[in-house]
Amino acid sequence: MTWSDWSWVLPEAFSTFSDDVDMIYYVILWVTGIIFVITEGVLIYFLVRYRHKEGRKATYDHGSSKLEIVWTTATLVVCLALGIVSKGVWDTMKIDVPEGAMEIIVTAQQFEWHVTYPGPDGALGTADDFEVLNQIHAAVDEPVWIHLRATDVLHSLFLPEMRVKQDAVPGKDIPVWFEATATGEYTIGCAELCGIGHTTMNGTLTIHTAADFQAWATAQAQRPRPRP
Amino acid sequence: MSTTEKDIASAVDAGGQHDHHEIPWIRKYVFATDHKMIAKQFMFVSLFFLVVGGALAGMMRFQLGFPGQPMPGAGILPDAMMAPTPNGAIMLPEFYNSLVTMHGTIMIFFAIMPLLVGLFGNLLIPLQIGAEDMAFPRLNMASFWLAVPAGMLMLASFAVEGGAAGAGWTSYAPLSTSGEWTGVYLGQQLWLVSLTILGFSSLIGAVNYITTVINLRAPGMTWFRIPLATWSLFVTAVLILLAIPILAGALIMLLFDQTIGTGFFRPEVGGEPLLWQHLFWFFGHPEVYILILPAMGITSEVLSNRARKPIFGYHSMVLALISIGFLGWIVWGHHMFQSGMNPLLGTSFMISTMAIAVPSAIKTFNWLGTLWKADIHFDVPMLHALSFVSMFIIGGLSGIFMASTPVDIYIHDTYFIVAHLHYVLFGGSLFAIFAGITYWFPKMFGRMMNEPLGKVHFVLTFIFYNLVFFPMHNLGLQGMMRRIYDFTQYDFLQPLQPMNQFITLFAFALITTQLLFVFNFFWSIFKGEKAGNNPWKSNTLEWTVPSPPPHGNFAEMPTVFRGPYEYSSPESDDDFLPQTTPPREGPGPSSGVPEPTPTPEGAEA
Amino acid sequence: MIDRLWKARGVAVITALLLAVGCGGEGGGSDASGGGDSGPAASPVDAATAGHASGMVTFSGMAPANAEIDMSTEDVCAAKHSMTPTQETVVVGDGGGLANVFVYVKEGLESLDFPTPTQAVVLDQDGCEYTPHVLGVQTGQDYTLKNSDGILHNINASPTENRGFNVSQPVVMETNRSFPTAEIMVPLICNVHGWMNAYIGVVDHPYFSVTGPDGSASLQGLPPGDYVVEAWHELYGTLTQNITIVTGETAELSFEFNADMSAAHVPLGDPIDPMHPESHRTVDHQ
Repeated sequence: MTWSDWSWVLPEAFSTFSDDVDMIYYVILWVTGIIFVITEGVLIYFLVRYRHKEGRKATYDHGSSKLEIVWTTATLVVCLALGIVSKGVWDTMKIDVPEGAMEIIVTAQQFEWHVTYPGPDGALGTADDFEVLNQIHAAVDEPVWIHLRATDVLHSLFLPEMRVKQDAVPGKDIPVWFEATATGEYTIGCAELCGIGHTTMNGTLTIHTAADFQAWATAQAQRPRPRP
Repeated sequence: MSTTEKDIASAVDAGGQHDHHEIPWIRKYVFATDHKMIAKQFMFVSLFFLVVGGALAGMMRFQLGFPGQPMPGAGILPDAMMAPTPNGAIMLPEFYNSLVTMHGTIMIFFAIMPLLVGLFGNLLIPLQIGAEDMAFPRLNMASFWLAVPAGMLMLASFAVEGGAAGAGWTSYAPLSTSGEWTGVYLGQQLWLVSLTILGFSSLIGAVNYITTVINLRAPGMTWFRIPLATWSLFVTAVLILLAIPILAGALIMLLFDQTIGTGFFRPEVGGEPLLWQHLFWFFGHPEVYILILPAMGITSEVLSNRARKPIFGYHSMVLALISIGFLGWIVWGHHMFQSGMNPLLGTSFMISTMAIAVPSAIKTFNWLGTLWKADIHFDVPMLHALSFVSMFIIGGLSGIFMASTPVDIYIHDTYFIVAHLHYVLFGGSLFAIFAGITYWFPKMFGRMMNEPLGKVHFVLTFIFYNLVFFPMHNLGLQGMMRRIYDFTQYDFLQPLQPMNQFITLFAFALITTQLLFVFNFFWSIFKGEKAGNNPWKSNTLEWTVPSPPPHGNFAEMPTVFRGPYEYSSPESDDDFLPQTTPPREGPGPSSGVPEPTPTPEGAEA
Repeated sequence: MIDRLWKARGVAVITALLLAVGCGGEGGGSDASGGGDSGPAASPVDAATAGHASGMVTFSGMAPANAEIDMSTEDVCAAKHSMTPTQETVVVGDGGGLANVFVYVKEGLESLDFPTPTQAVVLDQDGCEYTPHVLGVQTGQDYTLKNSDGILHNINASPTENRGFNVSQPVVMETNRSFPTAEIMVPLICNVHGWMNAYIGVVDHPYFSVTGPDGSASLQGLPPGDYVVEAWHELYGTLTQNITIVTGETAELSFEFNADMSAAHVPLGDPIDPMHPESHRTVDHQ
């Protein structure tokens, strides 16, 4: 174990909205960190300063309405501000899927991720669609729109380096989107207890350059399909 | 004495002690109707379940600290839990899922809740308001005796084929609807039946508490002279009354889905999995306030008493309790931000969740205000109460991260959440329970607990506890998911192995340290220093009667003249002024006695 | 008087609770060896008067190709296969024999009680495939679930006459189980490796046989009399044949399946579609 294990710095992320998410996190970290230091510091100071000593008597004081109003208002303002700042990023991540995103279907089941690509015709639900297991491939700087489904129980698609997480619900088709900003291999995980094999639902998210992604998709589409 | 003579004696003794006749042993200790005995019954059974819950956690931590390693001594466990291999017994993933589920279930429903509500509710409410017992003593007995079979069913579920429930303490559908998904069959149903029975136990307890507080307050015990412990238990009882029926309904619907083919939550027959989550969390969020409000009440009592100073802002404290109770109904969706519910609801629940931080913050500032310019005595109950405040600050602040919906996307279902919930439930509720038990132990048993041993237990618990749970924030921030049997399957989580091992070793130390408390507790019952009526020099009514109080509590109906936190008052020669002490002179600003219309004995309120 | 009433109630409640605990505590244990206590008891069949039945299960026409299995998600298992593994749904030998057909005596043995064999049969998970694909056991006879791969497998069984189970084996290990009730057939799947599937036939007598690619089935040592013999295939359903056993003679078994029978309703334990293993879960296995 090293000192860095105790760090509250987030691991690096590589999507267009991860900077916004991380910034809100750091704002909250600073705000709560300062409040933590002040309150615990005051607590410790009071415990030392006002500890019982022979002849000490406490001050007979019932409180101060003025002080209460001040700190109640301050707390309310800070909390609501954090909420308001958060709303925009939330809407972007969960509601505003960008135009022209590449659509794929990710179907979660015990205990695999089935990922369906539209194939050369670019349309899902046609005969040239192909499926890969436990892998998502995409091109860098291109938005991806995932139709998230599940066949049996709840799962949760977790792409930590993209700051993406969304529960997969049987009977629903839930939109999940991201746009990666750097090529590389990243993690796919399941973040909702889904049974005995929950621990094995790991996969790989591969972000290619545009050219490499085209090559991969073409090769996959031409791969001999398993005979039905 | 014949029955008739006893009746006459009782009638004459207008509401006083009833200890003339002999109660048979079975009526006094087993089927007790005296609230103080029922409180002890809840206490002993709940402490047993606290140990069971701790043992389950210890096994979980072993698997997390040493994934896939044979567990020492596990050979005694059946093959359904630990698979025999040539190197020793290895934990099976389905058993790990059961451990996760049952640790949470047992700790929440069979340890923390019955300790806070069953023990302290029963012990304190009648005594603090000046009543001789609860409004419905036999209903009170029924409340305890419903909890017992519920607990037995929960334990029995480990022994059935397929093992104990394994879908998490939250039992999300569709996973929980069939053994086909979990490998758990009868065990999942026993879980549902057990909690339904326990729900009834809590419900009738809540009816009792509410009725007692409203109707049986002694003369002068106005609403704003009720101690905060009783106030918190009163608000908690209202939450129980309104929330438990929703849980019971959901549990029964799930039981039907599992057994008779209904489709409330099963998508394959048109049901809606999210409905379970809405029902569960509509109960579940008030439930977490049920788990913290009495702890806050206990903390206020101990803090004010041991600081020898009135609680800072008593009226605000009451208002904060009520606000938390009220706002707790409109935040449930913050458990469901990533669930697939409409994202617009994410924003509305985020706003209400941010708002509920406010009353908790008020209470925290007021506790700090109580310590300002106080005269602080660091007895064992005070150490635990101070621990509550400092740990609750951490737990509350960590909640802000998850209240922000975009940040929650990243930390939901990770160990950051596990850290948060343990800071409020252990750092909060359990330390408050330790504070309450060590503080009211003399009232229950007539003896003090051993102080030096208590301090050692406190220091070790505090240190080990923080070493176990603080690093879990980091694990979550690095992406480690919850309820995961073997996180090393994920390459990006393998570097977290050393920290998991670190946590596991200190968890074992933490669990072992509790033996000190167990020993102190039982030893002190027999050998503790004898306690008088009021060893803590407290103002509230329970300290005006003997330790332990006799059946019927008060020899005469008490009269209350002032609030409960008149410590270091100029009106008293000592640094405390009990609620029932008649004022020295006539009306004054702090005696609480209004300007009198002349009465024959000016002290009667 | 009131005290005695309370005492009586107390005794009644405590007795009830003790009974509940005592009776509620059982229920485990069908994963331990369930057979065995009859030991090597005598068979009710007199070998001197017994007869036999044997023959062939064949497939006529063009056999459909078996689906290929993509094991790329499990390196440990992919490494064990030099050629692309396929499902074993329709396995036809060179001579036209149909493999993985469960042949058993369906009617005629009701009056006899057979001892439970003490020897366990093995169902192995090797290279992420069940071996054998179809297995027969007697009621109460142990079968051993064996994990030869050393990676997490779970065995998820959805019978209708017996109790279902879903257990895991995370390392190289063996688990013994048995079925108490006869059932044709119990489907097994692995959820970690969705292509894995197998069937277990449970009968309360020893007269069953699973065909290999040569299609041969043999039932030895039957008492003389009339019997109904059934052949079960996971895709093509069942065929039955009436036979008469005569002392010392061998009756001929003959079952012919063909591709047109794939629309057959397969009774109990619907076949698993290897491309969509989750579809079998639409059957309510209460």
